[in-house]
Amino acid sequence: MSQRYRVLVRPKAGILDPQGQAVERALPALGFKGVENVHVGRLIELDVADAAHLPDMCQKLLVNPLIEDYEILEAEPHPAS
Amino acid sequence: MKFGVLRFPGTCDEVDAQLACERVGEAVILWHGDRDLQGVDAVVVPGGFSYGDYLRVGAIARFAPIMESVVEYAHAGGIVLGICNGFQVLCEAGLLPGALLPNTSLRFVCRQVDLVVERAGTRFTNTCAEGERLSIPAKHTTGCWYAPPALHERVEANGQVLLRYAPGENFNGSLADVAGVCNEAGNVFGLMPHPEHAVDPLTGSVDGLKLFQSIANHVGAHVGA
Repeated sequence: MSQRYRVLVRPKAGILDPQGQAVERALPALGFKGVENVHVGRLIELDVADAAHLPDMCQKLLVNPLIEDYEILEAEPHPAS
Repeated sequence: MKFGVLRFPGTCDEVDAQLACERVGEAVILWHGDRDLQGVDAVVVPGGFSYGDYLRVGAIARFAPIMESVVEYAHAGGIVLGICNGFQVLCEAGLLPGALLPNTSLRFVCRQVDLVVERAGTRFTNTCAEGERLSIPAKHTTGCWYAPPALHERVEANGQVLLRYAPGENFNGSLADVAGVCNEAGNVFGLMPHPEHAVDPLTGSVDGLKLFQSIANHVGAHVGA
């Protein structure tokens, strides 16, 4: 029985995040004030039979540990399953 | 001598790389699904968009069957040159230090850039003089070289930075103007600009040929090819 997980991948603190900066500049241009510390990352959802493998999957493929941090969260089952 | 130029799905600069290699030796294309390096004296990982740049640039190509052989070859001291996407692949494979981030402008940039030779006399720069400027085109979206402070310090202390962007030429935001960096052993080298596109006067510069000639010189002197 698989369980669905979410892996949140974000740029490591202190790493230049031009995407986050671009979004941060764009929001006030649309009239949204008071937005700061915007960072753009990646969301990976997957059904996994053995969650013990997840950290290894992150280290080896899903994440580049040199530039990215990750967080593994349990998620609701996929709607199709 | 014989070069092997890798071809992944999505590679687009392998033919130019092969033609550049053929100016100084022989060159064969090596398919990503194969494992046999066909006895080549040097491997070139060319530019393009291997596996569609899915997930992260270079992240999937690193697991191609041919890359297992390339990693083994590199660990045994074999010469490997990574250009643009090839540089990204070699960083992801752990053969080169650091990572490539999106250009600070977030834009695809295609232009001729001036590079300064930081270290001459290496396997990749033995045709160059220290401080010499090379004019080579660059074309990429994800070419901002980065390494965490401790790693960067080590790379600089070891003299692994072979090429830097000349003053005012660092258009992608690379840390310390790094344009090309080698591994500690000095047998694997990667750079974002494209030396294979600068080998014929017709396209404005032949400076890129120097890197290929350097490899040929090295192999000629050490392997007797």
